[in-house]
Amino acid sequence: MSSVKTVNDLSWMIGGPQGSGVDSSANVFARACAAGGLNIFGKREFYSNIMGEHSYFALRARSDVVRSHVDAVNVLATFEAETLFRHAREVTDDGAIVYDPSLGKTRLSDIPTIEKRLDADLRTYLISRGVGETIDDMLAASKQRGVALVPIPYKDLLEQVADEFQIDQLSKISRVVNMLAVGASFGILGFDFEMMRRGLEDVFRAKAKVVNMNAAGGRKAYDIAQTLVPEFPYRLEKLPRKEARLFLTGSQATGLGKLYGGMRFQTYYPITPASDESEFLEENEVLDLNGSGLHSESDASTPKEEAASILVVQTEDEIAAITMATGAALTGTRSATATSGPGFSLMMEGIGWASINEVPVVITLYQRAGPSTGMPTRHEQGDLRFALHAGHGESPRILLASGDFEECIRDGFLAFNYADRYQMPVIHLVDKALANSYATTTVPDLSDLRIDRGVLANGSNGYSKENPYKRFDLGNGPVSPRAFLGQEGTMFWNTGDEHEEHGHITEDPAVRDAMMEKRFAKLDLAAKEIPRDVKMRYFGPKDATTLIVSWGSTKGALLDALDRLWAEGAKIGYLHVRLINPFPTEEILPYLAKAKRRIGIEMNFGAQLAGIVREHTGVEMTHFILKYNGRPMSNTELYDAIQSVIRKKAAKRTVLTRGS
Amino acid sequence: MALEQILKPSDFATEVHNDWCPGCGDFGILRTIQMALAELKMEPHRVTIVSGIGCSAKTVHYVKTYGIHTLHGRALPYATGVKLANPQLKVLCLSGDGDGLGIGGGHFVNAGRRNLDMLYIIHDNGVYGLTKGQAAPTLKLGVQTKSLAHPNINEAVNPIWLALAAGATWVGRGYSYDIKHLVATIKAGIEHKGYAFLDVLQPCPTYNDLNTKEWYGGEDRKDATSGRAMPRVYKLEDEGYDPVVHEPSDVEKKTTQALEKALEWGDRIPIGVFYKNEHVPTFEERIAKRVPTYFDHPPALQPIAGPGGEPRTDLTRLMRPLTFKAE
Repeated sequence: MSSVKTVNDLSWMIGGPQGSGVDSSANVFARACAAGGLNIFGKREFYSNIMGEHSYFALRARSDVVRSHVDAVNVLATFEAETLFRHAREVTDDGAIVYDPSLGKTRLSDIPTIEKRLDADLRTYLISRGVGETIDDMLAASKQRGVALVPIPYKDLLEQVADEFQIDQLSKISRVVNMLAVGASFGILGFDFEMMRRGLEDVFRAKAKVVNMNAAGGRKAYDIAQTLVPEFPYRLEKLPRKEARLFLTGSQATGLGKLYGGMRFQTYYPITPASDESEFLEENEVLDLNGSGLHSESDASTPKEEAASILVVQTEDEIAAITMATGAALTGTRSATATSGPGFSLMMEGIGWASINEVPVVITLYQRAGPSTGMPTRHEQGDLRFALHAGHGESPRILLASGDFEECIRDGFLAFNYADRYQMPVIHLVDKALANSYATTTVPDLSDLRIDRGVLANGSNGYSKENPYKRFDLGNGPVSPRAFLGQEGTMFWNTGDEHEEHGHITEDPAVRDAMMEKRFAKLDLAAKEIPRDVKMRYFGPKDATTLIVSWGSTKGALLDALDRLWAEGAKIGYLHVRLINPFPTEEILPYLAKAKRRIGIEMNFGAQLAGIVREHTGVEMTHFILKYNGRPMSNTELYDAIQSVIRKKAAKRTVLTRGS
Repeated sequence: MALEQILKPSDFATEVHNDWCPGCGDFGILRTIQMALAELKMEPHRVTIVSGIGCSAKTVHYVKTYGIHTLHGRALPYATGVKLANPQLKVLCLSGDGDGLGIGGGHFVNAGRRNLDMLYIIHDNGVYGLTKGQAAPTLKLGVQTKSLAHPNINEAVNPIWLALAAGATWVGRGYSYDIKHLVATIKAGIEHKGYAFLDVLQPCPTYNDLNTKEWYGGEDRKDATSGRAMPRVYKLEDEGYDPVVHEPSDVEKKTTQALEKALEWGDRIPIGVFYKNEHVPTFEERIAKRVPTYFDHPPALQPIAGPGGEPRTDLTRLMRPLTFKAE
């Protein structure tokens, strides 16, 4: 064991054609690690395709907290040729490749799903290594660098499993190869095999035979791999854990936050990557009630006279999704819709209607690479300015952007409070990277969260027969008491036209002025009332001379990269902006003013937040680190790029390009 | 408000100035909605009327119930949201033919698939009135109203056919100048259990000079002997037409019958109920099959917070599969 250099800090990857069970194998690997007390961060990459195109998972397992992926792979688990061709070069020199030796003669030209650009690139590489174009050649090139090769006789092992479990056709258990690759990985890593069994039980739950078959196969591959590579420099070891941890995707985190916030109605039209959240909600439509919510120790007991459920409606399009959610919100129901770029584009008119009628509705926007269809399954933070201005005319809205899973939960919750309190649409920005990543995370303490429904018409607002209720009362400050459809004594009208106090159409110039000013004054109020720690957060030393300004899911990779830079003594601060509208100008201005060097870091072409910062503060970024190739920033490339800036080796604009 | 005091249609009238053109067919629809609500003894605050955009959409401002005037073509999804969140409310939905069958055509089809318990009325006049008379989806191919530069280049859609094809479980037609008949038809539509679609022939006196009150009334074709006009509009019930699907096995026969009747136009235009089928479960009933507490505890009426704003949703059960317990 003297050769072991790295314990519990691993980057693992598995790949394969979509629909072949890669999802499950990554899930088993991650859950096995989590069961063994390790922390996990997993990134999922896939094509817009049902079956056959390449997909892969990059997973990190660590004893410390892990919030992002790295470029390098220590163990690459493959069971077919494409993954090996695509990713072998990402394996570190001291890493390992698990593969099927029967594929040795497969040629690069045999694989139709590799893009022309990548094909040419791979050929150039293979020629430079002085080898041919087969899998054996690719492996030879890897071995030259020191990479350990772990051939697993998949077909033999499958046959053995088939024999043991009396399966007549091998094709029926072809998916077991995934778990052979997982087992082989754990074999060289020396991880307790019992944890893999627990991972299998978690993923396949009730299906005992599936668990047993996969465990039997996994064990065989585990033993073979351990014999082949007895002294691998990376090792995973079980850690005792004192506290419970969550194992979540960003979609689940956002959904949980919304439910906890009292959402009872959600609409959606199928779209990647937003649908996952709605499906999660739909699966859990019957809810439990009690007083203590998230932190209940005992099983929930809903009294008989009460009941809770979330109604999830799949609509005919996104126009129906936003308008239906708005209709539901008018009844007093906390209502939302979740969508991605193209769907959000269809919602513009509905958002304007909700804004002019002061309806609290929440739109969860899962950003993906645009414009148009763009790259539906790939990542981007490209909708910031669009969400800020979506719709014709001028209509106030609140914009919240989450950067990690806890913020997804909190913002999912807070979005409804702000929608109710300021009576306007709230757009909650998340993105593909958050939605599809999963990670272990401490169970967040949400005991500070309270539901705030804002000012309601409830008999104590001074309305009477002589002084009847006015939905858009101009005499009561910008926020007028809100009534629900069906409520007695508070009849109101709504219209997309400009309206007077009861909600009837008007084109009177003085009333128009008053209503515009009323609507926008609510934003000023929100800017005053929303707590500083929701608006933004500053990370880093007080005397930082370089300031990073960023937003959204780059947070994880940034914090991981900064941990390294701070350890090296770099004086860098990081301003994470979460409330985009109303913009926290007052709060961020002192940080901007102090910094000598300011770097805008965003997953988009146009440095959208940097532009908004300039608009509100007049302060320009001195440098930009941007990325728009559809693959989230790794902490490795961020580390490199930030270091170039502080060493004055970077141009004003650095574009990150890594990721496959 | 005691119910006995609100039985007059005038109790459903607001003081908002009505700016429809004199002689507009919409007046008949407004009046009959107010009469139907009064006759059905509906408490005004328990009723929500949702409309789209256009002359028809202004109706809600003249009716003293909750009135939601929405976006062009989108009345149905707004109304659907209201009804699903609080199925205890009575929801009426209004559109014009351009609003409901043109820009909102997708929602028209999908409302049929759901069979939500509400009445949808289309004010059908063949033109886009508020934008000065462009051809709307029910205007026949080749006809030219005075507002058009050329004869209509599009074929007309048949709203009755479309509603039946989409799955509406009650399909009717009314005529806005036959008040008594229209009140009865609206009441029948409101009382239908499921999605009721009512097409109301509603002359636009300003832009549609073809399908006028006089034309529907047959003023241009007087009986030779009596000299009286021979109305084009006739009532299905006067001819012993039975629209009801009595047994589920009647669906094919009754649908075919309704489709045949809906083809009549020109000299004989049927009004009344074309089709009625209460054997199809409503969308609300389909939800209640999955969530049995839905009717008693719909989304709008659920407690979400304690007295101090404590969140009341308990996520314990949902979190269990997402949690790794301590060793």
